[in-house]
Amino acid sequence: MTRLTYLFGVTLGAGLAAFAVAAQAENLVVSNWDGYMAPDAIEKFNSATGNTAELVLHATNEEIMGKLIASKGKGYDVVFVSSPFAEILNNLGLAETLDHSKIPNIANLYQDATVLKHDPGNAFSLPYAWGTTGLCYRSDLVAGTPDSWMNLLAPTAELTGKTTMLATDRWLLAAGQLALGQSVNETDQAKLEEVRDLLISAKKTLLAYDDTTFYSKLVTGEAHLVQAWDGWCNYGIGENADIKYVIPKEGSDLWVDTMVILKDSANKEAAYAFVNYILDAENHRWAAENILYKVPNQPAMEGLDASLIEAYPNLAMTPAELLKLEQLRDLGEAQRAYSRIVSEIKAAN
Amino acid sequence: MADRKPLYLMTPALVWLSLFMVIPCLLILALAFFRRGIYGGIEYDFTFENIALVFDPLYAGIFIKSAIIAGQAALIASVVGYAAAYAIAAMPKSRQPLLLFLAILPFWSNYLVRTYAWIVLLNREGLIVSVARALGYNQELPSLLYTETAVIVGLVYNYLPFVILACYAPLARMNAEITEASRDLGAGGWTTFRRITLPMTVPGIATGFVFVFVLSIGNFVTPALLGGGQFQMIGNLVYAQFLTANDWPFGAALSMALIAIMMGLLTLQTFATERASGGRVRDADG
Repeated sequence: MTRLTYLFGVTLGAGLAAFAVAAQAENLVVSNWDGYMAPDAIEKFNSATGNTAELVLHATNEEIMGKLIASKGKGYDVVFVSSPFAEILNNLGLAETLDHSKIPNIANLYQDATVLKHDPGNAFSLPYAWGTTGLCYRSDLVAGTPDSWMNLLAPTAELTGKTTMLATDRWLLAAGQLALGQSVNETDQAKLEEVRDLLISAKKTLLAYDDTTFYSKLVTGEAHLVQAWDGWCNYGIGENADIKYVIPKEGSDLWVDTMVILKDSANKEAAYAFVNYILDAENHRWAAENILYKVPNQPAMEGLDASLIEAYPNLAMTPAELLKLEQLRDLGEAQRAYSRIVSEIKAAN
Repeated sequence: MADRKPLYLMTPALVWLSLFMVIPCLLILALAFFRRGIYGGIEYDFTFENIALVFDPLYAGIFIKSAIIAGQAALIASVVGYAAAYAIAAMPKSRQPLLLFLAILPFWSNYLVRTYAWIVLLNREGLIVSVARALGYNQELPSLLYTETAVIVGLVYNYLPFVILACYAPLARMNAEITEASRDLGAGGWTTFRRITLPMTVPGIATGFVFVFVLSIGNFVTPALLGGGQFQMIGNLVYAQFLTANDWPFGAALSMALIAIMMGLLTLQTFATERASGGRVRDADG
């Protein structure tokens, strides 16, 4: 029995290893969020370049980070992650230092997109989409025009019980931080506690915390004013033209989703070809047209249909305006303090 | 040789469980004693910090809150489920399978779909409110969703069939002659129930209660959806450590505490069942 188990173990181990090697050698593995690029992008890339790329999906940044940290960056060639996570990959030494001569389409990026704080000069990441976090509201149900985070955090009596906030730690806290004039990367405990107290008082007025269905709550009228990412507010606008998006006067964060090539990629040439393919104006425009996110690609944005921008005015926001906003950065050790503050808010009655 | 127990038949199940349950649990247990790396991930220096953090008043409070919610759900489900099981067991034998089938029917649909269906039904612009408006009710209705009550209602709804099944088994197995004997000896209906039926079906109630409690205390979907994410149960806290805070060691420590609570309860329940059935055997012998 013991010998059998041993044999079984050895066979299983060898089989898995062989499978892993085969998978690594043959395919270019790209990990992205579901629906974040054209459904036929991989197929078209393969037929245009003769590569055999394969798409795998991750639901969250943390999920792909967990896999990459566990495998020391092996098994993946290109990953789509938000900028703080690109920073981590670079700090861990897992990100490829980009050879710009292999990415001619990098010239399509706006000048402003090449000086982003997390990676000035695009040493290890290429921006794929960028945008803001603000207020999304039903202009037909909300009296006046909201213009401040306090409209959300200390709502009028009519709005009480009809607002939602994002549930994800960083954005939840960002609403309070911006309202109090703090950095969205603040790590001072006393300042975090001020944010906590403000958000606890805001919690009493909320309908719910919601990361995924806030725009449908606006469409049904269940909520009237919600904290939202601009692109997602656009999905609401698509269903009801009375929905509007505004960046509060205190500001917003600038979020950037990026493409990173892994240093240990076994298919580096193909990986470069792939990111170059995505940065092609035509291919990159797909994201703006279909997921309604701003893309940092000048010819892609300039080719957008005027009616699309009319319907979704925040698509017209310029790179210079975006660059005025502060990016979320990796917090390092302070992450635990952030999680704790969020738990304190959620545990408060 | 002839009476040799076919122990080898257990091997596949044992291998399966140890490969896919015991080993992962041990790995999680081990994680709880390491440090979170500065960028997430794990630093392999031994520490009790994560375990200590579980007992921090903030997190211990979340455990207690979860236990209270799970306890309320389990209590309500036990009372309602027992009553239903009692009624089913009292029906003619031919009709019982159909009734049981109806009781477990909700299990045939996806948990998430059922929970979203509740949101469609209960939200402020939802079906119930629309019907009330159509019937001429114009007042603002009390908030039915995104409250603690909504979470408890959701948990009871989802786990009620477990209690019905768990209570039905001992109720259906009860020998009718015993209750008849009790009545012959002058006990009324209520006394018979309290002194005969109830004690004999305690194992079923305990199983149902513990099932609902254990499934509820670790649940994270219902608080997130029906509770509007406005309070954290322990399941949500564990979820957040693994999936948003990237703090696996603390998440592991929390999971271990949760597993310890569940194991404690299951042990108690097994104990209670053994004692109850042991008692019955003695009575039968005596």
